[in-house]
Parts: sequence; structure tokens; C-alpha cells
Amino acid sequence: MASPIVIIGAGQAAASFVSRHTALGSTQPLLLIGEESHPPYQRPPLSKKYLLGELERDRLFIRPLDWYAEQGVETRFNTRVTEIRPAARQIAVAAGDIIDYDRLIICTGSSARNLPAEIGGGLDAVFTLRSIADIDRLSPEFRTGRRLLIVGGGYIGLEAAAAGRQLGLEVTVIEMAERIMQRVAARETSNYFRHLHSSHGVEIMEGAEMIRLVEAGGRACGAELTSGEIIDADLVLIGIGGSPNIELAQAANLECDTGIRVDGACRSSDPYIYAAGDCTSFERNGQQIRLESVQNAADQGDLVARVIAGEDVSYTALPWFWSDQYDCKLQIAGLNIGYDQCVVRPGDKDQTQSIWYYSGDRLLAVDAINDPKAYVFGRKMIESGMNPRKESVASPDSDLRAIAKG
Amino acid sequence: MAKITWKMQDGTVISAEVKDGLNLMEAATANNVSHIMGECGGCLSCATCHVFVAHEWLAKTGEVDDIEDAMLEMTEVEREENSRLSCQIIASPELDGLLLHVPEPE
Repeated sequence: MASPIVIIGAGQAAASFVSRHTALGSTQPLLLIGEESHPPYQRPPLSKKYLLGELERDRLFIRPLDWYAEQGVETRFNTRVTEIRPAARQIAVAAGDIIDYDRLIICTGSSARNLPAEIGGGLDAVFTLRSIADIDRLSPEFRTGRRLLIVGGGYIGLEAAAAGRQLGLEVTVIEMAERIMQRVAARETSNYFRHLHSSHGVEIMEGAEMIRLVEAGGRACGAELTSGEIIDADLVLIGIGGSPNIELAQAANLECDTGIRVDGACRSSDPYIYAAGDCTSFERNGQQIRLESVQNAADQGDLVARVIAGEDVSYTALPWFWSDQYDCKLQIAGLNIGYDQCVVRPGDKDQTQSIWYYSGDRLLAVDAINDPKAYVFGRKMIESGMNPRKESVASPDSDLRAIAKG
Repeated sequence: MAKITWKMQDGTVISAEVKDGLNLMEAATANNVSHIMGECGGCLSCATCHVFVAHEWLAKTGEVDDIEDAMLEMTEVEREENSRLSCQIIASPELDGLLLHVPEPE
């Protein structure tokens, strides 16, 4: 029998690859290998509805467990790949098996960063939030009245802060940078979310540098700041970003920088190995970037299936993101890297607005806050390379639909 | 439970008994209905679960809210008056027999 296409990593990119591969009617066998015990699942709800207990576990699954067998896809969960041998077109798994592949797709994703052990990263009551297993550990501690300290004011930290308040925890967020969301958004967006969280009773401390977590009996019980202040806590959530899982690729001498370097067709430096999702780095508009998002994982996974099926396609999808906090919906179209000016457009209702990022006269991205029209039409404009005048975007009376039609 | 039927453009149909409370995007991906992706998991950010509701069922599938209305502007196949995002239709006994037409992008 022919060697299968082997997919390492069972997340969004893998699910998207398998879906497209089977939809295209390919009969080439697939083997999907994942370290976790679950089939590919959606991670975004982990810090939102799933943490709130509003979503059953099985509803996280992108496809039901049975679906893979129904499609003739062999799966091996709870399985760690230990080595890629590109010259032999083989991989080794922890159980000792050696598996031949026809093509290899690396979808290993990224991992949540923890604090170094020296400053408390390994203590009990310290959590990260990236997997179902993380939530299983966190949930018993995530209870009304507990004092939750969140280190890092990015998306994960702020979404968890919202969930914490909704469940009646006392929540403090400490952010080292001068403002929350500094790495991902403009000051205007940070201001909106600071106010949103403050109004829900979250204490937000910006420019707050932590020296170490404070320990009592092996358990974190707070954090010591450079200001000398001690923040007491019953549990600590670390939300300081992720790092790509590229160790296997590096050990196999695939070209890597901030991720596994892939071309526009998601090919790695080895002709039989592709990569998709959080673990890849690729060129976009002359910049080498890495994205951690559902959109990127889904689109790259889909693309690899098309490329292997012989389609002449390359990756041009516009990045998009979202975040839900309390009743607030943030939708982002495009990438704001390199912006030099922002224009704020008031929405047509209270608590709605959009922030439009420009580089010179070029529209790069839109943050739409409770304003799906701004998101939709902003996205259309960016996709079609349209650069609306800043004055027209800033005016709440202008018609975005008309502007997007050109 | 509700029996839901998805009809593709070439006339092929997929039918499934769907548990109450599940949304019809989840039901479609679980039953391998092509062209329904549901990338955002049903939080109204991607518009990849677009369906056309058979006209006789429109009243029973409920109202389109503001967010869904905006998101229907970016479906791959252009919206029509019976367009819905299927993640916003929740299975219930009243929908037993519902027919959805699945748009197929070129």
C-alpha cells in the first residue's frame, strides 16, 4: 500500500486540511497524529464560553470523533512524534514506531508561554490557557470569590478576565507595557477595553513590572512588583503569548526563523514537507510574519490540501481575528503592522466604534467594536485594495457600503 | 430532535436528525455537508455557514439580528432574501422537516 500523507498535530489547520482533502475526493490515505487525547477542536471558546461552562466539550470538536473514521482517516491521538527524518521520508513516534510518509504536513501549532520556574512559573495555582487540559486544571479553582491575578493584558488575559468577572471572581490584570493590548492594537482600542474592564470591576495595572510570583507552601499566592507592591491572589493565570512548536522541524534541519519557513504554497524547505498554522512563518507584503489565528490555520490547512491535489494556488487570504469579552464583540480585519495613523469612526449606537489603521494613505486594518458593518465593509475595502479617504471614514454619516462599492 | 435536510445545487441531499439546542452549522459540519465551514465556531465572525432557507420555513427559523445582517454582506455567494448564517438557527422540534439549500461558490 502507498505511504499515507501524515499530519503531525491535530488542531485547526489539520482539521481544515483533512476536510478539504476528503472534499476533493482524494483517495490517498491520511494519518492524523495528535499529542492530545481529543480530535481537533476549536481553541477560541476555551477562554470564553467553555471557561464559563456554557459549552459542552464535544461541541468544541471541529468534526465529531467518528467523522475521521467515516472519511477513512486513520487517527492516532495521545501520540507524540519524536523525530522527522526527511531523507528517509519517515517519522518516529514516542511508542517507538517508524512511519513512512508520502507527504508530511506539520501542524504543530504553538504553546502558551509560562513564566520561568525561577520566578514562579512552576508553582501550583499557576495556569496557562491554551488547551482543554489547561481548562480542566483551571476550572476547579475558577470560582466565585477567588482572587484571580492575570499576568499579561493581551487577548487571552482579557478574555479570561471577562469570564472571571462573569463568574464572580475578583480580577486583577497586570501588564508590563504602558497599556493593555499594546502589541496588537492602537491606543484607541486599548482605551476602549480598559474602560470596559474597569466598568466591570477588573483592576487593570499597566506599566506594572513583576519581579516574581509570591509562594506559600508550593502555591502561588500573589505577585511582587518592581514598585514594591504585592498583589495577593488565590490563583494566577499567565497570558504572555505563545511560542511556535518548531522543535521537530528544527531538529530535522528544515529552514526556520520565527516559525517553520514556508512559501506561498505552504511548502517548507523540504519538497515533501508542508506546514500550516501557528507554527509557520511566511512572507506577506514583503514582511516575514507568523500568525496565531483560526483564520490562518484554517486557510493554510485548506491551501495545502489544494496544493497537494495539484491546484495552482497560493496564500493570499486577508487575516482576520475576533475577541468576545462580556457582551462586547471585537472583530479585526487585516494586519496593522507598520501603521502610522489611526482614524476613529463612531458607530451608530452607544458603545460601538471602529478604528481604521493607515500607513500613509493605505488602509491596513480595521478594529470593529460592536460594529459588524465596519468590520464587513472594512474587510471588503482591504481585500479589494481600496484606500478610502480618512475624512470619509471618520465621518459617522458616510455610508461604508457605498464607499466599499467604490 | 428535528430532521434537517441540506440540498446541494446538483440536487443531492443530506438529511440528519439533529439534537435540540445544536446550531445548524454544527449539525452541517458533523454531517459532512460541503461548503459549510463554520470557521469562527458560530460567533458571527466568518460568514462561512451561509444557507438559503426554503421559503416556507422562513418564519419558523426566526429573525435575523443586526450582527447577522451585517455578516451576511460578506458571504462568498451573494445573499438573497432567504439567506441565513446557519450557526444562528438552533435545532428545535418546530424545525422538524426544515429544508436548507447550500450555496456553492464557483
